[in-house]
Amino acid sequence: MPVKAKPIPEAVPGVRHPMEKYLRTDRLPHIWCAGCGLGSALSCFLYALDELGWDPNSVAVVSGIGCTGRIAGYVRLDSYHTTHGRAIPFATGLKLAKPDLHVVVFSGDGDLFAIGGNHFIHAARRNVDLTILCVNNFNYGMTGGQVGPTTPLEGLTTTTPYGNFEHPFNLVHLAASAGASYVARWTTLDGRRLQRAMVEAMRKKGLTFVEILSPCPTNYGRRNKLGDGLDELRYYAKHALIRHGADPKEAEIVPGHDFLVGKFVDVEKPTYLEMYEAKVRELGGKR
Amino acid sequence: MPGKAILSGVHFMNGDEAIAEGAIAAGCRFFAAYPITPQSEIAERLAWRLPRVGGMFIQMEDELGAMAAVVGAAWGGAKAMTATSGPGFSLMMENIGLAVMTETPCVVVDVQRGAPSTGLPTAVGQGDMMQARWGSHGHYEIIALCPASPQEAFDLTVRAFALSERFRVPVLIMTDEVVGHMYERVEIPAEVPEAPRRRPQVPPDRFLPFEPDPDLVPPMACAGEGYRIHVTGLTHDERGYPDMSAEAHDRLVRRLCDKILRFRDEFTVYEAVDLDDAEIAVVSYGISARVAHGALALAREQGIKAGMLRLITAWPFPDPVVRSLADRVRGVVVVELNLGQMSREVERVVRGKVPVIGVYHAGGRIHTPEEVLSGIEEVQRCR
Repeated sequence: MPVKAKPIPEAVPGVRHPMEKYLRTDRLPHIWCAGCGLGSALSCFLYALDELGWDPNSVAVVSGIGCTGRIAGYVRLDSYHTTHGRAIPFATGLKLAKPDLHVVVFSGDGDLFAIGGNHFIHAARRNVDLTILCVNNFNYGMTGGQVGPTTPLEGLTTTTPYGNFEHPFNLVHLAASAGASYVARWTTLDGRRLQRAMVEAMRKKGLTFVEILSPCPTNYGRRNKLGDGLDELRYYAKHALIRHGADPKEAEIVPGHDFLVGKFVDVEKPTYLEMYEAKVRELGGKR
Repeated sequence: MPGKAILSGVHFMNGDEAIAEGAIAAGCRFFAAYPITPQSEIAERLAWRLPRVGGMFIQMEDELGAMAAVVGAAWGGAKAMTATSGPGFSLMMENIGLAVMTETPCVVVDVQRGAPSTGLPTAVGQGDMMQARWGSHGHYEIIALCPASPQEAFDLTVRAFALSERFRVPVLIMTDEVVGHMYERVEIPAEVPEAPRRRPQVPPDRFLPFEPDPDLVPPMACAGEGYRIHVTGLTHDERGYPDMSAEAHDRLVRRLCDKILRFRDEFTVYEAVDLDDAEIAVVSYGISARVAHGALALAREQGIKAGMLRLITAWPFPDPVVRSLADRVRGVVVVELNLGQMSREVERVVRGKVPVIGVYHAGGRIHTPEEVLSGIEEVQRCR
């Protein structure tokens, strides 16, 4: 069965995206809304990949379900768009079966921390060699803007029409307490810093985690009168305070107040595979 | 001490252990599971054995994760398996569906116990047979095998891996607590051929990851092999790209079913016991078939010519086998540890041609031969 290849759209005639080699250009244009931060997050990831200089055949991207989950479909890498919440255990199986593969989980706050929350804390506890990139847009964008595990108190969503009354997760604190080797948070405004964090996270062994705060102008932003995508970036510019090494407990996000970004955790500890392989060596075998 | 992968020779082991050894012998080098009775001996044996044969064992945080890890490991190139019982089987349904949709070869063992819900954790049941068939959402075909002894548990596990690679589909081993915990002689052969994975025959730039071979099964490119493919649980086209059209969906779902149904003769296995002259046929599987064996002897003592069709391939249901049986006998007795699951299939295929009687028990214990005999006598009286 022949398949139709769509022509690559040219935004500016004759100009191509410098990271096009990592993109499935036949799948563009993407589905994301104007003003959404996912394009920036993806682009930072591609620049980070380029900076690392790894063989693209040695990198796999695993996503769950949701707007961020669609990232797996746009990268020209081995990429897996799995079930809702299960990107981390899928990636765990992939990594353990093929240890020389660099495995990156790229998914959203609802996917990774509501339906998939249990998998996150256990992957962090085990210190499995995975880089987890979480785009946090404070709601479930794809399904129409419902309340999520990171929605701030009083946040308006389609399922909290009178304001959210559930306490949100502080993902930085959660990741640090669960045992992640590396924890950073940046916004999609912090292009170069975010790229830097992704490079550090991917280069480092063990479970590494980067939270990426992103505007969702179509859903969360509109309902909470945060303006368009650019206005949300202006909000980040005004309120994000860079505090490397800050206590993760202090990384709570409260609307209208300053919040912390930066690198919170960067520690060395044996990974799951290192521990497993040490046991195998004790038994006189090899893996 | 590094272990031998294939423990050739004669052993005394239970069905659970035989499944673990069958998996290793078949080349399984990845096992992920969550503790549950009566599956424990499978996981414990593999936790002990896999690190010694270069394999990977991981105890996951739940069965959702275990099944997802198995699917991921298969895409990492491993032959991968998980094992569970009813409550965990329910949790695995989501990612069994992912494995069906993404055509991921893997093996799932369900050591059935009394159910629904937590039910009877330590006692036998066969109530998950329809869940094996339809438990994940949507319409699909899957292969399920039912061992009736530890030896068969070993043999069918080896076969399950071969079928999962041949058809790129999850293969279920639907065993039960009694076969799982029953100790018997298990003979492990000197060699077990390793089922090959179907590899791409064209370079990456010409490879369409979901373009099937003439037998409807596509070759599989695993992660890190240079093919850089996209795999999604969404309805997809031959490139693996999402395609939300009704046409693409119907085409894909039909192919996923046809790739198995069209070749069912290849893998439909059953045991015919004294069926040559039988007037009454028992249809059973797993431990219930072991009990029915005794009832056949009792029936023959009374002059009732009874035989048995023991299902080994439970899914896809062997319609042609049961249909031809219905042409030859005067009545059918279905024996199972639920209140009538596979008997629905028997009735569907028999189409009222001969009476079908169920000898059911919800589980917690196996049948007695006398209970099965009374079912045989009952159908014998039907005119």
